[in-house]
Amino acid sequence: MDLFIEQTVSGIASGAIYACLALAVVMIYQAIDHFNFAQGEMAMFSTYIAWWMIDPTAGLGLPFIVAFFACIAVSFIGGAAIERIVFAPIANAPVLSHIIVFIALFSIFNSLAGFLFDFTPKQFMTPFTHDPLIEGIVSYHRAGMVLVTLVMLALIYVFFRYTPVGLAMRAAAAAPDSARLVGINVGMMLSLGWGLAAAVGAVAGMLIAPITFLTPDMMLGTLLYGFAGAVVGGLTSPFGAVVGGFLVGIVENLMGTFVVGSQLKLTVALVLIIVVLLVKPAGLFGRVVVKRV
Amino acid sequence: MSLLEVKGIKAYYGQIEALHGISFALAEGEITAVLGANGAGKTTTLRAICGMVRTTGQVMLEGENVVGMSTEKIVARHKIAHVPEGRGTFTRVTTEENLRLGAFTRRDKEIEQDYERVYHYFPRLKERRSQQAGTLSGGEQQMLAIGRALMLRPRIMLLDEPSFGLAPIITEELFRILAQINREERVSMLVVEQNANLAINISTTAYLLETGEVAMSGPAKDIMNDEQVRKSYLGY
Repeated sequence: MDLFIEQTVSGIASGAIYACLALAVVMIYQAIDHFNFAQGEMAMFSTYIAWWMIDPTAGLGLPFIVAFFACIAVSFIGGAAIERIVFAPIANAPVLSHIIVFIALFSIFNSLAGFLFDFTPKQFMTPFTHDPLIEGIVSYHRAGMVLVTLVMLALIYVFFRYTPVGLAMRAAAAAPDSARLVGINVGMMLSLGWGLAAAVGAVAGMLIAPITFLTPDMMLGTLLYGFAGAVVGGLTSPFGAVVGGFLVGIVENLMGTFVVGSQLKLTVALVLIIVVLLVKPAGLFGRVVVKRV
Repeated sequence: MSLLEVKGIKAYYGQIEALHGISFALAEGEITAVLGANGAGKTTTLRAICGMVRTTGQVMLEGENVVGMSTEKIVARHKIAHVPEGRGTFTRVTTEENLRLGAFTRRDKEIEQDYERVYHYFPRLKERRSQQAGTLSGGEQQMLAIGRALMLRPRIMLLDEPSFGLAPIITEELFRILAQINREERVSMLVVEQNANLAINISTTAYLLETGEVAMSGPAKDIMNDEQVRKSYLGY
């Protein structure tokens, strides 16, 4: 029973990360209708930027909290710039062009990180310490991870639900022509969406790096879990993506411990994606958008 | 000075020239009808005014040439509300959020009370205020599109076939309300219609388009009484 509780709690903690990534994925999916395969690598690169800001020998030696927010700001600008420079010109291109660009971004960020910061795993600090909060079950860092995730989600929810700009972003993504006719600058909204997604990804990266160590490949597996979370929760629902992320974390941990063994953990995520797509394609919380002709 | 003056505009879809030099004007406070058969260029004319299609020539709004300006900038600068063909509903958000989007460019504090103004013209929308807009009926979505346009507090409204796909009884009600809005809100309107009877009845001036050119223009009454027009477009 202890093991069960321990694994569930640990699942919730990793779920927090998946939730962040799932949320970033859904935000971009909502804006441009495609999965951003490079989401994980963008998050990884952001984390390197934070590491560089913090590290006293190789970098700037800034305090963690300053670097944390500076990294979010830089990532936001970087994400918005990627949309402007790379995606705006191909806005009307077929899906395949987008996918190729995603793959290009993926390998660019991956190689660039290796080139700039080399491939040796680096330790990334946490402001929460790794000391146990509840002995044998959860550390301060993992609890902090969940807390930061929840706060960020709440902020994003409020932004999309209750601010005019949030509403305009949703409108621009769903019906660009109509959006222009009410005076919304659609390109700017897309850019803003990319910036937000990159910022959310940066937070996810900075939270997970203290556990996985910082390497150019740290996000590979995590992103798959993030995708699984997004699909399970529903690609049309940011809230669903978050719940999906937590669910995937818990299921993955429990299955890994009690059923399939830790070797097959990643497979659990992939099976989840397939099952959900077969049984409930809209996801658990995704709205099947009603259209009337 | 006319509120809107279009001088020799040509519009292009790729290489194809869809408008071959159209000129007309819309006077302050008036309703002007643009009539014509399918493919005459009515919708393209409205899209050209709003910068939604590649255009040459001059579109003068309040004395400023807006050709080449982005759609959102034209809308914001000149308070021009385009009710597009097919209504352009934001289907995934609620009725009231659609109205809120209509007021996107406004920064004043009176947006809330303007919901009531819209509901005064279209009480049905009030009943549906928190419903997903995609589930509204065709007529309700057309009302919503007009309501959304009103939320801009427009100086000009461009209406693209408001009667499209609606039952005659609803269409008549809609045009009655449009005339009322024109009177009460002092909004000038440019109405594109295939249903020439309806449009001409509420208009002061009318233009007849044929294959991308203005074939006839004048006071709506004269157009209505023209033998040729009656035979071809009014059906009696």
